[in-house]
Amino acid sequence: MIPGDPALTIAGVDAAESDIQAIRAKLGTDKPMLNQYLEWIWDVFRFDFGTSLTSGRPVSDLIMERFPLTLTLAVLGILLSIVIAIPLGVISAVRRWSFWDYLGMLFSQAGMAIPSFWLGILLLMLLSIKYRVFPLFGSGSINHLILPSISLGIARAAVLLRLTRASMVEELSKEYVITARAKGLTERMVNYKHALRNALLPVITIAGIQLGYMLGGAIIIEQVFSLPGLGRLFLFAVYQRDFPLIQGGVVFVAFVFSFINFAVDILYSVLNPKIRIS
Amino acid sequence: MTVSNNNLLEIKNLDISFIQARGAAHALRGIDLTISSGEILALVGESGSGKTVTSMSIMGLVPTPPARVNAGSLLFKGEELIGRPHAEMRKIRGNEIAMVFQEPAKYLNPSLKIGEQITEMLILHLGMSKRQAVEKSLEFLDVVGLGKSRRVLNAYPHELSGGMKQRAMIAMAICCNPSLLLADEPTTALDVTLQLQILKLIRSLKATFSMGILFISHNLGIVREIADRVSVIYAGKIVESASNKALFENTLHPYTSALLQSIPDAKKRGHRLRAIPGSVPDAENIPQGCSFHPRCALASDRCSQEIPMTKDYGNGHSAACHMVQ
Amino acid sequence: MNRFVEIVNLEKTYYGHGFFKRSKNAVKAVDRVSFGIEKKSVYGLVGESGCGKTSLVRSVLYLDPPTDGEVWVDNTLLGGLKATELRSFRRRMQIVFQDPNSALNPKMNIQDSLEEGLFNRGLDNSRRKELVTRMLDLVGISPSHSTRYPHEFSGGQKQRIVIARALCMEPDFLVLDEPVSNLDVSIQAQIINLLQDLKSELGLTYLFISHDLNLVAYLSDQIAVMYKGRLVETGSTDEIMGHPMHPYTLKLFSSIPGMQTTPAADDFTAPEAAASGGDKKPLEGANVCSYCDPCPMAGQECRGQEPQLETIDGSHKVACLKLANHN
Repeated sequence: MIPGDPALTIAGVDAAESDIQAIRAKLGTDKPMLNQYLEWIWDVFRFDFGTSLTSGRPVSDLIMERFPLTLTLAVLGILLSIVIAIPLGVISAVRRWSFWDYLGMLFSQAGMAIPSFWLGILLLMLLSIKYRVFPLFGSGSINHLILPSISLGIARAAVLLRLTRASMVEELSKEYVITARAKGLTERMVNYKHALRNALLPVITIAGIQLGYMLGGAIIIEQVFSLPGLGRLFLFAVYQRDFPLIQGGVVFVAFVFSFINFAVDILYSVLNPKIRIS
Repeated sequence: MTVSNNNLLEIKNLDISFIQARGAAHALRGIDLTISSGEILALVGESGSGKTVTSMSIMGLVPTPPARVNAGSLLFKGEELIGRPHAEMRKIRGNEIAMVFQEPAKYLNPSLKIGEQITEMLILHLGMSKRQAVEKSLEFLDVVGLGKSRRVLNAYPHELSGGMKQRAMIAMAICCNPSLLLADEPTTALDVTLQLQILKLIRSLKATFSMGILFISHNLGIVREIADRVSVIYAGKIVESASNKALFENTLHPYTSALLQSIPDAKKRGHRLRAIPGSVPDAENIPQGCSFHPRCALASDRCSQEIPMTKDYGNGHSAACHMVQ
Repeated sequence: MNRFVEIVNLEKTYYGHGFFKRSKNAVKAVDRVSFGIEKKSVYGLVGESGCGKTSLVRSVLYLDPPTDGEVWVDNTLLGGLKATELRSFRRRMQIVFQDPNSALNPKMNIQDSLEEGLFNRGLDNSRRKELVTRMLDLVGISPSHSTRYPHEFSGGQKQRIVIARALCMEPDFLVLDEPVSNLDVSIQAQIINLLQDLKSELGLTYLFISHDLNLVAYLSDQIAVMYKGRLVETGSTDEIMGHPMHPYTLKLFSSIPGMQTTPAADDFTAPEAAASGGDKKPLEGANVCSYCDPCPMAGQECRGQEPQLETIDGSHKVACLKLANHN
């Protein structure tokens, strides 16, 4: 259990004991733990996540207010990482040990090693402060989201690149590739029509899962760029012991994550004829 | 030597090694093979004997490096294939020389429809339109015994049975009307009752399209069923070549006869099989002299020192053995 | 009274993954199979891929208990044993698989691989070492190589090692599931000879499974032919090889290259379903002969009644209505 008492937070440390008791009764936190939990479950089933303790507004409103920004950020981030990772990964696999392969390796090593907040700060210093290409903070336009999504996307791209390369190398070693060559197809057809299609299957699964993670809010990146996204909302909820908001957030993130996974499975079955049958 | 343009394919003294970190593997040690149109030549050998390297080098699909062609020539319709530019070889592959592989389940692309895998060749090599290619594909599905079935054309490989997959693969191989077909163990992965059907199909292709066929197998029973001529390969060297009848009825090389004797059947019940001792040498450690001598019952001192030359014993029956008179 | 191994009405049904109903996609991989194996004899089982051979083996050894039926080994009913009893009884029944490459752990040396099974038998260190040495020697692998790893051996040697591992348990019933079909031709005969030597030396009983009729005929005393989970013909090797009767057996015979003497289906153009000895039989419509579709002899009665194995002569039994009517 999280230490700390929300009633105390609301009333202030120097409040009278009777006031605190009254607030506890109002919040329901004076009841046994199991009762509180069952009540909360019951409300959730009616899509009632309760009211935020700090702002007094419905939790669902707060989440839905912040979600569009997080969604845009996550989608931009994943698109960016796909756009970087797949072409570079494929070229690395097709021309193994070439310049492009080493570039890809360098990129993925760097991308995995560099913390995204540090990259974010670096980008801000360079492109917002020194050259003033992008706004330093705030939100509302797509311009505000470009640097955050780059910071987010690079690390994902590094992972996806490794995966794309490995998957493509594996597909290229399969027997049907020999058949494709024996048919006299051009290398381009062998690589892109025959191998790539099969190689992308695992990449899509992982990209989907990453998107799921990002939809839960990117706490650190939102903090660095002062973006009012879900991550920051939940972070403040924890600081403030805003239990209904924390609980609602967890349920929301879990739901989004399951939904994305489900969507990936559907997409997967469209791309993989073997799964379509069963 | 005969005039080479009688032969569809003429391999002369082909010698290929693979350069690896742990040393060179001598995959082919100077092999000679000829195939005419309308003839099935079977290449018999065990794993690692060089069968697959032979077919892949005809296709120009042995990557150099790691492979190195030390010597020899590959004449297809009288023209040298070795050293041809990639772009030219690509126009020959699938178009004039086609290949059927052992396991259709692995050698067909799992995520492309059968139709797509056939038509792409017709479009590429013969410049057909998509519609013409579909019509032509249906014709060839019919030729291989699948009927003019659009259902098969629209199927993914896993939706077909093993036999149907192999037929589809054969349709793919012959759709551009190649003059040479390389069949690498095309029946090994199939059930026994299907094997014979596929063999019949291959034989009918020879007759209908007067194709030259290189039939690669380790199974002497199947080879006897289908081949016109047989070459036996051991450790990268052809040890015996003969017509089907001569090879099975007047076997010369001790390896060939040992193989034939080691095959079990009901008649040998109660008797021990005459097994060949030892194991197949790998291409990195080929024994000195005759490569078969450590396993050969007839071997003499000479066999361990001197590589036997291939000698002709009449009617195109040749063998490479010191002990054959 | 019983033979050493006695299989009675063995059945193995696999159910599909229905969420609520589980009978939806049920397939009978093994369907009322009965046969017996005499002590120190070889029982050959022939069938094509997907005919239920593997399911049968798994059921017989209780690796995957049968849905119905009985398995008796040396007058012990396996289904009647408690889990712990079964585990210790299993020592006596060992199996050798087709692919020696995947049967050995590549990260374990030969000594460790072979000793592993012996820990459960409570043998002390020196006794274990001695047993491993003896068995390796028996299969023709020099015991001095026992610290080597699987990749240092050829395919034939690996299969010898797999056999030695099975022998370390000192079994008396050995199931051989296509033990030579992954090996080079020139090696197969060595392994077959080895198996025959071991059988006479150690008094083993074999259930030998193969798709290669020639090999089964060479090695076995009794033969059973399996098709879609059913035995369609059983008998002594002489009976089966001398007078094959079931249309499917005939078809198998005619498929042996170089042996096209029997009048069976000649069907380069036959429908493909005819040839797939494969697809397991769905539960519905069980009341037909499973071979009636590809069968050249099939008549009306074959679609209305399921044939049972009936004695033709001696130990020779055939499950075919057409043949039963002629007798």
